[in-house]
Amino acid sequence: MDFSLNEEQQLIVETTRRFVQSEILPLEDHLDPDAGSLDPTDQDRLIAMTKSMGFYGLDIPEEYGGPGLNTTTRALMAIEMSQHRAGLYNPCYGVFGGAGLAQLYEATDDQKERWLYPTLRGEKKGCFALTEPSGGSDPARAIQTRGIKDGGEWVLSGSKLYISGADKADYALIFARTSDDPGRNGVTAFIVDTDTPGFHVRRVVHTLRATHYATELQFDEMRVPEENILGEVNGGFAIANDRLSRQRIPYAAGCIGPAIRAQEMSIDWAKNRETFGSPLAEKQAIQWMVVDNEIDIRHARYCVLEAAQKADSGERFRTEAAMAKLVATEASSRVIDRCIQIHGGIGVTKDLPLERWYRELRIRRVGEGPSEVQRLIMARDILGGSFK
Amino acid sequence: MGIRLEKAWMDLNSETIASLPAQLGVYHVADSQGTVLSVGYAGARHLFGIRTALEEELQLHGDEATKFRFEFTANYRSRWDELLMLHLYDHGQLPTHQQAEQSRIGRLSPN
Repeated sequence: MDFSLNEEQQLIVETTRRFVQSEILPLEDHLDPDAGSLDPTDQDRLIAMTKSMGFYGLDIPEEYGGPGLNTTTRALMAIEMSQHRAGLYNPCYGVFGGAGLAQLYEATDDQKERWLYPTLRGEKKGCFALTEPSGGSDPARAIQTRGIKDGGEWVLSGSKLYISGADKADYALIFARTSDDPGRNGVTAFIVDTDTPGFHVRRVVHTLRATHYATELQFDEMRVPEENILGEVNGGFAIANDRLSRQRIPYAAGCIGPAIRAQEMSIDWAKNRETFGSPLAEKQAIQWMVVDNEIDIRHARYCVLEAAQKADSGERFRTEAAMAKLVATEASSRVIDRCIQIHGGIGVTKDLPLERWYRELRIRRVGEGPSEVQRLIMARDILGGSFK
Repeated sequence: MGIRLEKAWMDLNSETIASLPAQLGVYHVADSQGTVLSVGYAGARHLFGIRTALEEELQLHGDEATKFRFEFTANYRSRWDELLMLHLYDHGQLPTHQQAEQSRIGRLSPN
């Protein structure tokens, strides 16, 4: 497999790198170390820049006005866009735009008019409400939120947990059990406006991400029109599986950026910091950590690019995407851990971004399917059967 | 766990502030009637944590600010947002000088 970049990809990577270095890093120097957003004036200015560069709305499909990047180029950009303090979860503070909920591209024309297009225009925000207190790794079986049909409406009751952005969302994509089937064939996806009576954001759930929180939702006999169902009744879980696997690739790529930046910082530090009469870089213990970092970074990068290339060529890529997610999150976590060790005391302070990456990367090994679920996906494919 | 900041009020003056550890956290500053004037946080950019943040509040509000209560937390950003949302839910609006935050924060219905 050829991982060399073509001319266009090289140009995009270099442009993105320059953007991060010249536009993001100087602003970040003046922000709180846990900041998750820019000053609105800076935000607007940088969005205007990315629009003029033709890079706004990176994940929007070309037929909806996106730039039409393939998965490999998108992954390469993700690696570059995440090379700053907030980069893991807020790459470039969102100035490259979002795509909204990928599942909405499967919506009806009427649903697209009501939710997708306003989202793409920046007029509405959505949130994805799948996980419940009963579990998240096996949501098809864990979902206990009930949807009961009542005339031309459905009545939803239940709760959701660890939902990002629900307190600021205009609508939510809510998965509810609508039949007696205990598995994925009994789940329906509903698009629900958050001002619907019965929709409550009950509390904030604080996490290792100090700037970001999840929320807990409660639905009290919330009445939802039939036309708000996304896809088929009892077919909600099958929606956009391909898109979910594809999203796993840039998610993995985004973990590599902080590892690369941390490695660069550590190399500089090791060359300049002296102990016992010589630079750290001359100590074998440090050399081996730097080498192990390089192995982890390259391994993760190869896995991500292999998955991306398979996705772009139309080949089956579910195993490769799962492997990329697993390897990138775990390898980058090890890299940051070693970089903190190389830096010593300053490595755990908020003077450097290492401590933030360390905390946030720990979540990446759980979010979007934990490492164990990625292994399960790979095992199913490798062994050729579905385990019960 | 209660989600509101309901610690005991303390007198807001330089002596009390100097007695606090230089930690990160969140706080309320209020007038003598208990009306909250600021929902704030002491972050990593405050040189001496909550001490510096409260000194800034004294400068901002002058004699009007007479008391404060605080909570130490490393999650000062998300806890601050939570307290702002709770204040909005309880009072219908944020303290006067913080109303610009209203367009940024979300909404809770905690009860």
